[in-house]
Amino acid sequence: MDWGYILSVMVVSAFGVEAIVFGLAAIGVNMQFGYTGLLNFGQSAFMAVGGYSVAVTVIEFGFNFWVGVILGLVIAALLAVILGIPTLRLRADYLAIVTIAAAEIVRLLVRSVTFKDFFGGSDGKQSFASGFFALSPLASDVSLRIGPVALNNRQIFVLIVGWAIVFLGCLLVWLMVRSPWGRVLKGIREDEDAVRSLGKNVYLYKMQALVIGGMFGAIAGFVYAVGNEAVSPDFFGTDTTFFVYAILILGGAARVFGPVLGTVIFWAIIQGTDVFLRSAIDVGVPVISLMNGTQAAVVRFMLVGLGIMLLMIFRPQGILGDRKELALDAR
Amino acid sequence: MPDSPDAASGSRKDAAVRALADVPRTPGSPKPDPILVADHVIRRFGGLTAVDVEHVEVQRGAITALIGPNGAGKTTFFNLLTGFDTPDTGSWLFNGKDIAGVPSYKVARLGMIRTFQLTKALSKMTVLENMRLGATAQKGERLLASMFGFLWGAQEKAITEKADDLLKRFNMHAKRADFAGELSGGQRKLLEMARALMTDPEMVMLDEPMAGVNPALTQSLLEHIKNLREQGMTVLFVEHDMDMVRDISDWVIVMAQGKVIAEGPPDEVMRDEAVIVAYLGGHHDKALTSTGVSFTEEGEDQ
Repeated sequence: MDWGYILSVMVVSAFGVEAIVFGLAAIGVNMQFGYTGLLNFGQSAFMAVGGYSVAVTVIEFGFNFWVGVILGLVIAALLAVILGIPTLRLRADYLAIVTIAAAEIVRLLVRSVTFKDFFGGSDGKQSFASGFFALSPLASDVSLRIGPVALNNRQIFVLIVGWAIVFLGCLLVWLMVRSPWGRVLKGIREDEDAVRSLGKNVYLYKMQALVIGGMFGAIAGFVYAVGNEAVSPDFFGTDTTFFVYAILILGGAARVFGPVLGTVIFWAIIQGTDVFLRSAIDVGVPVISLMNGTQAAVVRFMLVGLGIMLLMIFRPQGILGDRKELALDAR
Repeated sequence: MPDSPDAASGSRKDAAVRALADVPRTPGSPKPDPILVADHVIRRFGGLTAVDVEHVEVQRGAITALIGPNGAGKTTFFNLLTGFDTPDTGSWLFNGKDIAGVPSYKVARLGMIRTFQLTKALSKMTVLENMRLGATAQKGERLLASMFGFLWGAQEKAITEKADDLLKRFNMHAKRADFAGELSGGQRKLLEMARALMTDPEMVMLDEPMAGVNPALTQSLLEHIKNLREQGMTVLFVEHDMDMVRDISDWVIVMAQGKVIAEGPPDEVMRDEAVIVAYLGGHHDKALTSTGVSFTEEGEDQ
């Protein structure tokens, strides 16, 4: 078996576009769920808003790429407000129900036949990112080889910008949550009535957290759209949202770097198990070679699921979490 | 706090008792200087009328106890007054200002602060963070300002000093770095009270301050409540422990089946025939002094 190949795939996946996309989405969910206790099960809707905003503004309206970015952030904020107004006064589970439904509505809307001319139906939208790559200082012959995996100049530029955004996002979250504002959010997560009784406008804080998290979702959508130079509706399904939650819990909720660590490990394992199983089949390793490649692609999710279960049993606080803090729940 | 703690040590109790001496011992009697006046407050849950208070006044600067048998509507009345629940009808004035329908957080900002029957310590935050959260008008609690530490750093320092002072007064200073979830039930009650004081309230509403507190801490909690009065605050509390009510309250309001059925100084109220029938039922000939007579009302409304 070619361990060098497996390892280089793991490294590339750990720091690839998908890791950035899911990391940014998880930073947003961390703000909502990790710090404020809001169950937003519709993060994929915010990602779709980001991705389709740039695609449609550039292709259909012929505007500049950056107009699409601003529009995406505005629409994501509006979507958060619309979802928050009826639900944030209610118990946490209502937000979960409404957001998961809203995410499906958004996905079905952009893939619908009715709006095919506008959103591209199930094919999605392609080639709209030239405004972004125009900013790239990298010459067209720049490339990077990690083992057998090669990255071209566009991919390298996306990765550089993407990781810069991830770290700026972390810095922003860190600045916000260490402040008295962040303290109110954590208070709301623990017991919102107590915070209310101390004269804080809980509704406003929850709305702010929901909007900020949603805007991070939109940013994740931008990176996804630019990195693939395409958007397709089926990426924005509920499984995307739950991958985001898995990443957040894996890394450690309510930790600034939890989402980043989570996404790196998650994608290294997801892609690593895939190439491992495939090359094991090729080499003819006993038991594993009973499967074919298609089956192996499914089995890796079982293995990842098993891994997350074990993590929840032996380290429920995630990698960066504090066990002592979690144990307080039991009282 | 309205006055410094040592301004009139002990004398405020006499002042409160004197002020209430001539108040008629009838339900809904007018007080010489009411801080809170409620009228026609009715709250129904389906067919059940939980609260039906015709008129009630609470004297400023006094410790008033709200007692009554289980299900009398005391906690519901508390929730209504503090904006945590909405009545079917009714109006009430706090410091002459109509606060019916005002959301709970605004009620708190006006100076009427409450604690809860089931203590709401924020378990995954440290004791000090709990305290800091109580401080009002924090610049760093605004989203845009939060990112710039220099805007709120000085205020944070002042808040921390104030929190430390209060923690020392409540003998909790050694616990300041512990998670609130690690505290005992009684310590949580103390923390909740201290945290409420961070808001500089005018009126403190305590919902069963003694429930679940071990006897060793009871005495210290009692002293703290008396101190609130000495600092010029008004206290209204719900309690089941008769010894405690007798010990610290200047005035007692008795509720039964949602209505105010009696009012008066503790000793007189406890001799009132209506109270004995309503509150103590058939057990009125038993000794009241057995320690910690506290009928907990877990789940009455929360």
